[in-house]
Amino acid sequence: MSTSLLLLIIALIGFVAYFAGRARSLAESGNKLATLHSLPGYHGSYVAIGAVLPAVLVLAAWLIASPLYVDSTVRSALPDTVQGQGDAAVQLALGQVKAVATGLNRLDAAEVEAVKTGSANLRETLAAKGVALAGEGEPYMVEAAEQFNTMRGYSRWLMSAAVLLVAVAGGLYAIRNVTTRFRARNQVERVMLGSLVVASSIAILTTIGIIGSMLSEAGRFFSMVSPMEFFFGTVWDPRFAAAGSEGASGQFGLLPLLGGTLYIAFVAMLFAVPIGLFAAIYMAEYASPRLRSIAKPLLEVLAGIPTIVYGFFALVTVGPFLRDISTQLNGLITGNYQNFIQAQSVLTAGIVMGIMLIPFVSSLSDDIITQVPRALRDGSLGLGATRSETVKKVILPAALPGIVGALLLTASRAVGETMIVVLAAGVAARMQLDPFEPMTTVTVKIVHQLTGDLEFTSPQTLVAFALGITLFVITLCLNIYALYIVRKYREQYE
Amino acid sequence: MTDVASPTVRVSTRPAESRRDIGIKRRYAAERRFRAYGISAIVIGLFFLAVLVWSVVSKGYTAFQQTTITLPIEFSEKVIDPKNERATDTKQLMTANYPVLVRDALVKQLGIDPKKRPLVKQANDMVSDSVRTQLRDIVVADPSVIGKTIPVTLLADANIDSAFKGQIDLKVEESKRKVKDQQVAWMNQLAEAGVLKKSFNTGIFAFGASSRPEAAGVGVALVGSAYMMLIVLVLSLPIGVAASIYLEEFAPKNRLTDLIEVNINNLAAVPSIVYGLLGLAVFVNFAGMPRSAALVGGFVLTLMTLPTIIIATRAALKAVPPSIRSAALGLGASRMQTIFHHVLPLAMPGILTGTIIGLAHALGETAPLLLIGMVAFVVDYPGSPLEPSTALPVQIYMWANEAERAFVERTSGAIIILLIFLVIMNLGAILLRRRFERRW
Repeated sequence: MSTSLLLLIIALIGFVAYFAGRARSLAESGNKLATLHSLPGYHGSYVAIGAVLPAVLVLAAWLIASPLYVDSTVRSALPDTVQGQGDAAVQLALGQVKAVATGLNRLDAAEVEAVKTGSANLRETLAAKGVALAGEGEPYMVEAAEQFNTMRGYSRWLMSAAVLLVAVAGGLYAIRNVTTRFRARNQVERVMLGSLVVASSIAILTTIGIIGSMLSEAGRFFSMVSPMEFFFGTVWDPRFAAAGSEGASGQFGLLPLLGGTLYIAFVAMLFAVPIGLFAAIYMAEYASPRLRSIAKPLLEVLAGIPTIVYGFFALVTVGPFLRDISTQLNGLITGNYQNFIQAQSVLTAGIVMGIMLIPFVSSLSDDIITQVPRALRDGSLGLGATRSETVKKVILPAALPGIVGALLLTASRAVGETMIVVLAAGVAARMQLDPFEPMTTVTVKIVHQLTGDLEFTSPQTLVAFALGITLFVITLCLNIYALYIVRKYREQYE
Repeated sequence: MTDVASPTVRVSTRPAESRRDIGIKRRYAAERRFRAYGISAIVIGLFFLAVLVWSVVSKGYTAFQQTTITLPIEFSEKVIDPKNERATDTKQLMTANYPVLVRDALVKQLGIDPKKRPLVKQANDMVSDSVRTQLRDIVVADPSVIGKTIPVTLLADANIDSAFKGQIDLKVEESKRKVKDQQVAWMNQLAEAGVLKKSFNTGIFAFGASSRPEAAGVGVALVGSAYMMLIVLVLSLPIGVAASIYLEEFAPKNRLTDLIEVNINNLAAVPSIVYGLLGLAVFVNFAGMPRSAALVGGFVLTLMTLPTIIIATRAALKAVPPSIRSAALGLGASRMQTIFHHVLPLAMPGILTGTIIGLAHALGETAPLLLIGMVAFVVDYPGSPLEPSTALPVQIYMWANEAERAFVERTSGAIIILLIFLVIMNLGAILLRRRFERRW
């Protein structure tokens, strides 16, 4: 019985249980609803929960536990010659056994017999049925595969039986509880509350997942490359290892990537902060409601455009434009028509990222500026200050902590931005200060190390997780500090 | 009257307007400058928006037209099945030399001497290589066409397509461009005969990945994106709403809920690529789910969207006034009933608005999908979320890396499609808010 069919049957049982519970509560009350503690629907739901919930839990537990058990049994049954060759060999053999097992299901009895006696080549027979085998396949594998198949079959049967039994038993137990005085609603609501708690714990689980997965993979990386070399190395040259070769052959220096990341983010902020801040001040202090209602959403459209679109814009429009204009400038000044800005450069990526960040700066700062109490404004204007003086001398100092928080949040976005830099910043990992030359970032290298075929054993792949955790820690610090500042600022004026 | 010189009352000779200089002019000038800075900042921002949209649209609108050539193709048995083996050998129809049919038809149409090899080759270059599969599909679907002559609409080659749309500068020296003078002449000849014409490009919505620009489309990517959006919607809306209800209505104010709160705000600001790493390590590597499957992509995007939805939902719940809750509780409803029967329906417009915005964000997200292997050359439609698929923004990324000129047009076209989807979703969100939003 397949898992989806089983789920369908459980759902059916639950459906039946609901109506059974409802009917029983009505019968108990003698059709006088007032004598029931809870409405009949709650009784029905209670019985349905009693039937479905334990069954689904059993199903989930079985689905997780049974492959582990079957694997370990089959593994221990492998011949000693394989066991002696170490974990990797056992793992490989187990993979082949599983492939054979899938293949055996597609063969008819005569073919199985032929394969077993060795009269037909295992690999070719299976290949004809569309199952690719990694190695030649050995006789013991057929046996192990048969064992694997029988155990899986048993496990399926037992699982189906157990789950259905639990569902029926749960339903029956629950329906016995249904009486007029039974507090079905309270029980149902307890289950609902439980599911709400589970849902809200997913946020925590995600964070734990992020940190846990990255730490463990990065830990494997640091067992091959020393953290000193990674964090303080100045050369990035991972040199993709030839298949099968072990150990770290390249150099994994973080500094050139970090330098590029911070440089591009700095250029982007240099571009976005003045524009965004002035736009926010104008909209909060000067603009008529009409202008505000048009300009603000339009600027925020910039924030809704996917970053891949910005990347493409940088690649085909901004980059070539900067390159051509630098050619013309150079030609006019020195007579030598040679571009001094590369199409992919820190400047290109920085400008385009800056455009993307304008709405972040402006809407966050706008919120914060409008939160400054009216009284401060009125006081300053009443003393004869002009509006700009009020903004510069009163409002901005009052809003400064909040604005700093907003800028930090924006900076964290700039550091973690991926698609723009992948397309516009270049791939050369260099440490230099010329904004007209390409540089690369942490995010670009994560993408590069993890696209294509990968094996999770080489430092070339695992380094992406070390880069990822670095990125995560940087943005986490920026975010938490920024959120702390913004929160504190809000409390000050609330 | 004493002639005492009265102390002369000195009338101030200073004119009244020269009061103490408080620099009013300077200050007003500064005020005007300040305003000008503000206006120019907004103008610059809007200017960039305009340039961005204009650059994409001007490059991409032509992608929605495609040059086609309609030729009477003779499905000659001599070419398709010279030894009459098709009844016994199923591979015969699959491997037949279909391009020859097109070449012959074109040569006949243009009136070229079939023995002049270079000319024939130039003519043959005018149609797309995709005719092989196109004709094969026709014949395999209905073998009875063999021996008949049927008009078939074929895709023109990408270079001819560009030339016909006027995107190739014909003043450039012939050897430096991909379209030769002879081909241009033929093109005009065919266009006058009504054989070659531009029509609406349905292919860009239907085709999958291809190395030939004229046969490449976003159809497969759209299906992949649709699967993922469905998964994100089905998972993140209930989970997000449930989590927000707990945090907003039930959670006691203590350290743990504080931690969850900080955590959610922080997750909303975590770089999206980190979610890709999470998906790769947990779903693909640890749980053994298939790479490049829409299911994994959907899970990753769900985790990414959840914080957005939770924040929006909590704001919507908070906006429902406490008097509603008090009234329901006062009439004897339990807390669950109060929330599910009264508070939640009132907060629904806000929740849906937040969800749509979260979905729009997820639709345009690329970076995490690159890491879980969705950068795949997928030609066939995925039948289920477990099969390899790709997504619209990833398709854009892959095309952006192609060097050919015609792919720039396709990429911009795909971006226009993506932006149209985003505009529709955001307009939907705005309408929802306008229509149902209540001010208490």
